[in-house]
Amino acid sequence: MLNIKCPYCGDRSQKEFAYGGDGTITRPKLNQEISDEEWDNFVYLRKSPRGKHIELWHHIAGCRQWFKVERDTTTHEIFRTFKPEE
Amino acid sequence: MSQNFRLNTGGLINRDKPIEFKFNGKKYIGYEGDTLASALLANGIHLIGRSFKYHRPRGFFGAGVDEPNAKMQVEINGCSEPNINATEIELVNGLSASSQNCWPSVNFDIGAINNFLNRFFPAGFYYKTFMWPKSFWYRVYEPFIRKAAGLGIASLEKDKERYEHKYEYCDLLVTGSGPAGLASAYAAAKNGAKVILAEDKPRYGGTLLTDDVTIDNLSGKDWSEKIISELKEMPNVIVKNRSQVFGYYDHNMMVMFERTGDHLEKKPKHTPRQRLWYIRAKEVLLSTGSIERPIVFGNNDTPGVFLSAAAKEYMKVYGVLIGKKPIIFTNNDSGYETAIEFKKNGVNPIVLDTREDQNSELINEAKDLDIKIKFSYAVIVAHGYKKVKSATIGKLNKEKIDFENTEQIDCDSICVSGFWTPTVHLASQSGNKLKFNDSIDAFVPEKSKQNEHSLGAANGTFTLQDTLKNSFNTGSEVSKSITKKDEKIQIPNTNERKYSAHDKFWCSPLPKGKNYKRFVDFQNDVAVSDIEVALREGYRSIEHVKRYTTLGMATDQGRTSNLNGLQLVANVEKKIVPQVGHTTFRPPFTPVTIGTIVGREVGKEYMPIRKTPMHHWHEKNNAVWVDAGAWKRPRYYKRGNENLFEASKREAKNVRKYVGVCDVTTLGKIDIKGPDAAEFLNRVYTNAWLKLPIGKARYGVMLREDGIVMDDGTTTRISENHYHMTTTTAQAANVLSHLEYYLQIVWPELNVNVVSTTEQWAGAAIAGPKSRDLLAKLFPKIDVSNEALPFMGYVEGDLFGVKARIFRISFSGELAYEINVESDFGLFMWEKIIEIGEEFNIQPYGTEALSTLRIEMGHVAGPELDGRTIPYDVSLEGLVSKKKDFIGKRSLAKEAFNKADRQKIVGLVPLDRKSSIPEGSHLVENKNAKLPNPKLGHVSSSCWSVENNNPFSLAILKDGKNMIGKKLFAVSPLKNTSIEVEVMSSHYVDHEGKRVRS
Repeated sequence: MLNIKCPYCGDRSQKEFAYGGDGTITRPKLNQEISDEEWDNFVYLRKSPRGKHIELWHHIAGCRQWFKVERDTTTHEIFRTFKPEE
Repeated sequence: MSQNFRLNTGGLINRDKPIEFKFNGKKYIGYEGDTLASALLANGIHLIGRSFKYHRPRGFFGAGVDEPNAKMQVEINGCSEPNINATEIELVNGLSASSQNCWPSVNFDIGAINNFLNRFFPAGFYYKTFMWPKSFWYRVYEPFIRKAAGLGIASLEKDKERYEHKYEYCDLLVTGSGPAGLASAYAAAKNGAKVILAEDKPRYGGTLLTDDVTIDNLSGKDWSEKIISELKEMPNVIVKNRSQVFGYYDHNMMVMFERTGDHLEKKPKHTPRQRLWYIRAKEVLLSTGSIERPIVFGNNDTPGVFLSAAAKEYMKVYGVLIGKKPIIFTNNDSGYETAIEFKKNGVNPIVLDTREDQNSELINEAKDLDIKIKFSYAVIVAHGYKKVKSATIGKLNKEKIDFENTEQIDCDSICVSGFWTPTVHLASQSGNKLKFNDSIDAFVPEKSKQNEHSLGAANGTFTLQDTLKNSFNTGSEVSKSITKKDEKIQIPNTNERKYSAHDKFWCSPLPKGKNYKRFVDFQNDVAVSDIEVALREGYRSIEHVKRYTTLGMATDQGRTSNLNGLQLVANVEKKIVPQVGHTTFRPPFTPVTIGTIVGREVGKEYMPIRKTPMHHWHEKNNAVWVDAGAWKRPRYYKRGNENLFEASKREAKNVRKYVGVCDVTTLGKIDIKGPDAAEFLNRVYTNAWLKLPIGKARYGVMLREDGIVMDDGTTTRISENHYHMTTTTAQAANVLSHLEYYLQIVWPELNVNVVSTTEQWAGAAIAGPKSRDLLAKLFPKIDVSNEALPFMGYVEGDLFGVKARIFRISFSGELAYEINVESDFGLFMWEKIIEIGEEFNIQPYGTEALSTLRIEMGHVAGPELDGRTIPYDVSLEGLVSKKKDFIGKRSLAKEAFNKADRQKIVGLVPLDRKSSIPEGSHLVENKNAKLPNPKLGHVSSSCWSVENNNPFSLAILKDGKNMIGKKLFAVSPLKNTSIEVEVMSSHYVDHEGKRVRS
C-alpha cells in the first residue's frame, strides 16, 4: 500500500485515494476543430511508461482534491506530489 | 507414558504447572511454556506425520519457523485448524492435535505404498501422467489428486472466533528480539524514537536464550530480560511477542500477525484470537536472524534427524532431550555447541566433522570434555523406518566425493549442522537485491530500495560483538536523523567463543551402487534425484525448477531447503550459486490464518449498510429489501402471502390508479454553486443549460469523453447561482468525481463549487393521478395547480413547520412530485404523506414497481445506460445539442456511431401476451438457426405491464428504428426459454407524455 502525500492534507495511506490516470494529458479546447486521430489520441491512447510517470490521483476519502503525483511505475517510488496548477 | 526425555532441571518452562493435552487421541502431560513439539518430544514421541508425496514417516526437524514436517490438525475450543506448526503452537490445557496426511493412522499408513513405488513418482509426475485422455481430467484425475493432495482438513464450520485489524505508525519497526533487535531498538528508543519491537516467539531474546555468551557479565538471557524490561517501561516503545512480521510492502508498509489468544487457557471475552497489524514505519530494522542449513544425506528425513541448533534449543529452553544416543553431523563449529550441551546433560554424543582435524575454542572445549570426534567423517545413510536406529558413516576421501571406509554405528538421533542461512525474506520483499556472500555460502541483503537495514545474523554477521556494535550504531544513527537526539550509549563488553571456518560441504555423496533417497525439501518430498531429473529434462531457470519439482514451495517456503537446492543445481550445471540465482521471496513469511486477513469484515460487517431515514418505517411495513450499492431499498412491501410479482403489480397499479409514495433518498444529490455554474452544466450535459429559469428543473444526460452515456438525472435551478443536481443511485459517487475532475483539472478557471448532499436530503416521490390532491393537503398554503406548478417546476414550501423542496418531476410517467426535506425530518415527512394520503388510497411502492412504471413508459435506466450506449441508442438524441460543445460531443461524430443500422432501444411484447421475457435474452431472427446464430440485440429490462396486463420489455436492437413491427425470438440459454416477440416502440404507455403534464 503506497503512502501518498496529498499536497493539501499531508501523508496518507493509498486507501484514501483513487487513481486518476495519466496526468500529462490535456483536454482539447471546447469548440475546437479536431481530427479523428487527435481526438482518439486524447480519449484512448496512453503511454503507460516504465519508470517515471506523472499521474493524477484523487483524494477521494479526504479533501476530494485532484492532484498530481510523480511516481516510478516499477519501484513505486514517489518523487513529488503537487497541485494541478504547479 | 511419562516424560522420559525431560531433563530433571533446566529450561525456561514452568514445571509447577503441568498441562494435559492429546495427540492422536492419547493423553500426554507437558508443562506451561512448552510448545506442542517440545511436549511431545519430552514424551519420546517422534513419529508425528507422513510426508506429502511418498507418505514416509516424518518427525520433528526444527524448533520454530524452520520446521518443515510437524504440520498438525489442531483443535482448541472446539475449532479445528489444519497445518499448524507444532514447533510454534504453545501448549494449553485441552489442546488436541492429530497427524495429517495419513490413513488409517500415522503408524500404519496405506499411502506409504507410494514410497515403495517411488521410482514411478519422479519430478513432474502429475504433469506427465494426468495429461491424457483429456476427458479423464474432471471425472478421474482431478478428484483423485484432490483426495491425495493437501495436508490437513479445513473446517466446514463457521469460525466463531474474533479477529481484529490494527493500524500503527512508528519511526522504527524492529523485527526480531535477538541481540541485533534488542540493541538497535534500545538505541533508537533512547533517542526518543517511536519504536515497535516485534518478536515471533513467546520469549524475547532469540539466540541469546540458547547461546553460551555473556554481555556485560550477564548471561545472554539475563541481558535480554534487562533490556526488554527497560524497553517496556518507555512510553515511546511498543514491545510485542507472539508477533510475526510476515510481509514487507511498498513505502515501508509492514504487516504483522499477532497471536493474541491461542496461548490463553481462558481468553478474556473481548480479546481477539489473532490480530493483523498494518504498520507504516519510517525505518525498518530487520533483525530476523538466521536459520541453520541441513546437510543432505541418505534417508535424512527419518524421524530422529534434527537441526543441531534445534536439538540445543530443546535442551536449553524446554529441558528436553531429543535423543540419548546422538550423532552430531556438522561442517562447522555450531555442532560442537550442541555436543557440549548434550555432554553437560549427561549424554555422550559422537561428533562427525566433515573438516580435517583442527582446533578452535569450541573444538578444544569439546575435546577437553572427552567428546568423541571423528574428523573428515560424514553420515552416509540413516537406518530405521519410523525412528533412527543406526547410521552408516564413512571417512571422506580427500576430494570429499567418495568414502575411504564405512561403518555402521548405533544411534537414536542425528543432529545436522550445515552452517547458517541469513533470513533475508523481508529484505528481499522490500525490493532489496540480494548478493551472494561466498564466505558464508548464502545470500545477504545488499542495496536497500526502501528505508530498511538488515542487522546481525540476518545480514550475515555471526559474531555477537560485531552484531551488538553494528546494531547499537545503526539504531542510534537511524533514529537520530528522525528525532534529532543523540544519546550516547556504551557498547557492552561481550564474551563469546570464536568459530573456525566452516566447510563448504552440503551433501553426502552416494557410495557406488547405492541409491538412498536424499531429501532436499522435506515438506514437498523433493529429493536430490528429483532436481536432477528436472535438469536432465531441460529445466534451467531456477524458477522453473522450483515449479516443476515443487522445491521450496508451500508453508515452509524453502526455509531449510532453498540453498541446498541452489547448490545442487549449481553443481549439476557446473555453475556457482550466484549464477543460478534465487527464487523470489514473497509474503507471507509464515502462514497466516484467513480469519486474521479478513478481520472483522464478515457477516453483516462485510460492508457498511446505508439506510435512509425512513428505513425503520419500511421495516415495520414488511419491506423486502434489495441492495442498491451499499443502500438497502424496499423492493416491495409484502402484504399477506404475496410474492414479488403480485406485490409489485399491486403497487404499480395503485400508482396508475390513485397515488403511491416511494423512498428516493438514495438518488445522488449534488449541490452546485458559483457564478459559472450554468456554464459548467452546459459543458457537462448534452443539452442546453444557459437559459434555465430560476425555479425550474431540467432533465439532462451526461456523457463520458468517449461518447458513451455516463448518467442522467434532473437538475434544478434553486436561485441565481445555485443548482441542485440529481444522479442515479449507482453513479452518484462517480458523477461527483467526474465533476470535480473537470472543475479542478480541466477548467479550473470556472468559479464553481460542488458538494455531495445525498445524505443531507431525504426524498419521497409521490406519483399518480391523485398526487396533486395529496400535495395540496400537504402544503395548503401553496398553489399547486398545473399553472402555478407546471411539469418541471420547483417550489419551496412548509411541511407542517418543516422546510421542504418540491420538484414536479416524474420517473413513473404519471403526474408526480418529489419532496425533499432535511434528513432528520425524513421520517416525519414520510409519515405525514402516508397519514394524509390515506384518503387517496396511497400505498408505498418499492423498486420493483418503480421499474415496472418506468419500463412501460420507455424511460431508460441503468440496464439501458450500461456503458455501451450513446444517446442515440436510447432515443435521447433530442437532448443532444447541435449548437454547443460538451463533454464527449466530438466522439458522437465518429463513423461507427453514425451508421444507419446503429442499435436502438425498442419495446417487445411476446406474441402470446403471456410469457415473461427473461432479461439478458438474446434477440435472433431464427431460433433454430445453426450456431453461431447471429445476435441482433438483447433484452435490457422486463416487466409486467400493469397498464396493458401483459409482459413488456425494453431491448437494444440492431437497426431498431427499422425493425418496428417485425417478429423475432428472445432466446435465453440460461433460462432455457425461446419466446417469439413483436418489436414495437419503447413507449408502451402514454406515448405523448400527457399524464406528466396533466
